[in-house]
Amino acid sequence: MVPKIDIDNVTKYFGDKLVLDRVSLKVNPHEVVCLIGASGSGKSTLLRCVNRLVVHDYGTIRLDSVSVDDPAFGKTGLQRRAGIVFQSYNLFPHMSVLDNITLAPRRVYGQSRTEAEDRGRDVLARFGMDGFAASYPEQLSGGQQQRVAIARALMTRPDVLLLDEITAALDPELVGDVLAIIRGLKDDGMTMMIVTHEMGFARECADRVAFLDGGVILEEDTPDRLFGAPQQVRTQAFLQRIIAAGRL
Amino acid sequence: MPALIGTMSIVVVFGTLAWFVTSAEQWPRIKLQFFNLDAMIAAFPRVLQGFWVNIQVWLTVLVCILVWALVLAVVRALRAPWFASFRLMVMIYIDIFRGVPVLLLVLLFGFGIPALNLPGLPNSGLFWGAVAMVLSYAAYVAEIYRSGIDAVHEGQRAAAKSLGLSEWQTLRYAILPQALRNVVPALMNIVVALQKDVALLSVIGVRDAVREAQIYTATTFNYSSLIVAAGLFLLATVPMARLADYLTRRDRQRRLQMAD
Repeated sequence: MVPKIDIDNVTKYFGDKLVLDRVSLKVNPHEVVCLIGASGSGKSTLLRCVNRLVVHDYGTIRLDSVSVDDPAFGKTGLQRRAGIVFQSYNLFPHMSVLDNITLAPRRVYGQSRTEAEDRGRDVLARFGMDGFAASYPEQLSGGQQQRVAIARALMTRPDVLLLDEITAALDPELVGDVLAIIRGLKDDGMTMMIVTHEMGFARECADRVAFLDGGVILEEDTPDRLFGAPQQVRTQAFLQRIIAAGRL
Repeated sequence: MPALIGTMSIVVVFGTLAWFVTSAEQWPRIKLQFFNLDAMIAAFPRVLQGFWVNIQVWLTVLVCILVWALVLAVVRALRAPWFASFRLMVMIYIDIFRGVPVLLLVLLFGFGIPALNLPGLPNSGLFWGAVAMVLSYAAYVAEIYRSGIDAVHEGQRAAAKSLGLSEWQTLRYAILPQALRNVVPALMNIVVALQKDVALLSVIGVRDAVREAQIYTATTFNYSSLIVAAGLFLLATVPMARLADYLTRRDRQRRLQMAD
């Protein structure tokens, strides 16, 4: 099978600091891959390399066999096909919910206001946010803001969704709602790369889990095997710390 | 009770001060020189007329400064490599115009350029003096805009970029609206300072409030006209300063709420 995302031997430095060291990872169509690991292990950077928010130094990342730096993507082709959602939502605070999610369709992809807003209301309705179209981000709870951020990422009908610790900033009682949305997207067949600290969610929802440590993928396996019988000492140590913290 | 003590202390302190000043031996002379009511009334119409010039120049210059400074700040904020030379130009511009006294620029432009008699360009000292003020103040305001742009969280850029917005669109739709809102209080202080600094144009012969008051002083040897001009400036700047304080306070509260 041709992988949807093919990360091949990718290396990234921030200044002198090596943050990704010859990382390779394949994500098949409709597959959900969770990236786990301690802070600073490089998992968020790896995610951001896929939509070129971070430009990797060496190696190749391909989306449907086309390198992400290929001019064929044009200026916005990659961004349209790979949506991203951030830990801190990053909604535009000076825009209403509807303006937030229709900004790119209107300004980047040239849709008319009616066309963009019709679709916007549909997407919001799907996440139970249709009543908040005219609200501003600061009037919403964290969970609601994150749902809007997911809606915004889905507006351009991407075939890949990148999720960067999207529940890390949420109050515990709101995490479930957001994770339910991700499960729904998985059922729809969305290909996803998910950086997460929610080990329970990774175990339940991921097709595969990759453990990053010091910019290297140390271990990559099905959730049952990786959580049940980790092969690497460092993976075992990481999972033990998670268990000790009561998060698995 | 605290309010009463406060009022009492103000009455006592200011009352004593007023008594002390007015009972001084030289007070009648001071009063005649600076606070002569007849002279004030006589000078008022022409000083007021001059002040109207101040207001007109102030508003025109202000609009030009806000626009020109925005251009400078945007050029400086664009990160694309082919903008490097423009960014450098803006940096040099800001260094020069922030480092040279406004008064010097007003003299240089207001007297110097009209003397060249350049064909096709205005020849009035007022015009070129105003240009000098725009060039100088825009350097400060561009830095204020820049601080506002820098204060917008990096995540906003990341979000805009990942949605496919170009660098210009990112600035236009995501960053600048937030940046401008951030800097309104700081800008208000500039607006107040500018209102007073328009009086610098009097040195190149613009007949503003200060100039008119000086003309009156020169013929009567009485300085009450300058006090009239001072009064007019205070009338305009004190409410604006209060508004600036209010906006700063409101902005602070907004930030505190957001931090919750």
